[in-house]
Amino acid sequence: MTPSTARRRRTAAGYGVVLLGLLLVGAVYAVITGSGSPASAAAPNAAQQAQIANGKTIFEQNCATCHGFAAQGQTGIAPSLIGVGAAAVDFQVSTGRMPAKQPGAENPRKPPVLDTAQDHAVAAYIESLGGGPTIPTAAQVSTKGADLALGQSLFIANCAQCHNFSGAGGALTDGKYAPPLTQSTPTQIYEAMLTGPEAMPVFNDTTVTPGQKRDVIAYVTGERSVANPGGASLGRVGPVTEGLVTFLGLLLFMVLAALWITAKKAKAHE
Amino acid sequence: MSDDTAGSLSGEASEGPAVRHRVIGTPPPAEARTLLAPAGADGADGADGAKVAPRELPADPADPVKAKKAERLVAACFIIAMLAGFGFIVFYALFQIHTVNGARHSNLALGSTMALAFLAMGVGATIWVRHLMPQVELTEERHPLASSPQARQEFAETFAEGADASQFVKRPLVRRTLIAATLPVALAPIVLLRDLGPLPRTALDHTVWRKGLRLVEYGSDRPLTPADFDSPGGMITVIPEGYQNDDDVLAKAAVIIIKFAPGELQPPTVMNWTVDNIVAYSKVCTHLGCPAGLYEQTTHHILCPCHQSTFDAPRGATVLFGPATRPLPQLPMTTNAAGYLVARSDFHEPVGPSFWERS
Repeated sequence: MTPSTARRRRTAAGYGVVLLGLLLVGAVYAVITGSGSPASAAAPNAAQQAQIANGKTIFEQNCATCHGFAAQGQTGIAPSLIGVGAAAVDFQVSTGRMPAKQPGAENPRKPPVLDTAQDHAVAAYIESLGGGPTIPTAAQVSTKGADLALGQSLFIANCAQCHNFSGAGGALTDGKYAPPLTQSTPTQIYEAMLTGPEAMPVFNDTTVTPGQKRDVIAYVTGERSVANPGGASLGRVGPVTEGLVTFLGLLLFMVLAALWITAKKAKAHE
Repeated sequence: MSDDTAGSLSGEASEGPAVRHRVIGTPPPAEARTLLAPAGADGADGADGAKVAPRELPADPADPVKAKKAERLVAACFIIAMLAGFGFIVFYALFQIHTVNGARHSNLALGSTMALAFLAMGVGATIWVRHLMPQVELTEERHPLASSPQARQEFAETFAEGADASQFVKRPLVRRTLIAATLPVALAPIVLLRDLGPLPRTALDHTVWRKGLRLVEYGSDRPLTPADFDSPGGMITVIPEGYQNDDDVLAKAAVIIIKFAPGELQPPTVMNWTVDNIVAYSKVCTHLGCPAGLYEQTTHHILCPCHQSTFDAPRGATVLFGPATRPLPQLPMTTNAAGYLVARSDFHEPVGPSFWERS
């Protein structure tokens, strides 16, 4: 037994290893959960307070007409935003759905009105009112090493009935619709699952774990780059358009062929 | 059998022009079927005295140069068709179909060559008709479809004569045993329906759900606890544990579980079968068996994507709209000692679409 091994076996060294391990776990945890939850801390620092104050101003200018000056909501017009969390705000604002142009069955995706800093300021303000899901970090939505097959299984079982198997979207009731997922960023997909915007059900982190959410994101984003056999995507909504195009194409071909076969020649005999 | 033979046969059989016996199954008398104009009607006599019918169709195309071109074109089409046909045989031997990609390549090669072969043949034939064959219109008078009264009379006589001669009428024993002999042949196809497969018996009435079977998330096979739904509005598709890879089972046993806010669940939902405001419904639509999984969190409606049947999730999944007539069956659910969601029993009614002997 060498002297170094002997030293490692001392009790003090053991404590040292445990302490190191704890520090490491803490560091990894901090990285994973990220800095997305500043306001949930007991005492927000000065910078965060300034951000929240800025967010409150932006909220009063852009959102309070419908959601109320205390974000308490108005019956029949707009829901209360207390407790919805920063993730819900970031999803609605970064996809351009909020501020809404006009009340309707479904707020369409459009270029965002507020920039990222304003968006995050409002998110911080709403979070300061009642907590809720936080904006996921880049590490949380990374699709590196994701399990595509599991992502597909989860998507097919729980998402495809509304969003279509390729994420092309689909109709719901009373003018509502499940939007196509072709432009959604990984962060937006994560936030949508976490918060369940509009008619969408909630897939919280204990039913669909963060790892599984990354798998779903990998499937949704990966599906976009799948080659279209035949060249045209035809909306990727399944066999209906494909059948229609094939049918009409063949019909046209057969009509032209029939015309050619039976056409009278320009120079007729006799 | 050519017309000449038929004519000579009928000629031999006839004893005179007035009474002509026709052999059943042979063409009618030949003189009515000649394609040429009646000899001597308006034709010129030949040099040797034989009557020659006038030509109705020109023998050669008007423009021999164009015709030659067309001939080459037709030949080229036919050669392409021939090569494509040989290609089909070569590709058939060349491509192995034991893998998915192999089968796809084989299908593409075989389909393309066969299509090309038939298309080239068709195009060649059409060019042939359009540029080499004469473009004239011929009229052929339509004849009455009915046979002549004389022929019908003859048929009736022949039939009656044959029936008498065969003794079919006179000997009922032979007749009746013949009818009896054909009976099993008629029955056999009905008996063979048995080969369609085993009878379903009660398989449609039950699923694999049983007391204590855990509900696991489809895809990850992870068992769930009520605490996993920390907020209302959640929904997830679950399957019976241990049947993850059995599609026959999953086709009937798929279930969606939905979390509600306290007080939202109301009768006719069976409250004893819910856990902590979580309810489990069959995912198989009661209309035609599509996966009814569109859940609108805001309206609490479950929709079926196939025919828009709409079910009221907090009220026992009763039908609100659409062609479905029965609510989605509710799965009796509880938690086991370890706290996981488990089934209390199988569904209390058959899941999915109605069937003939559904009680």
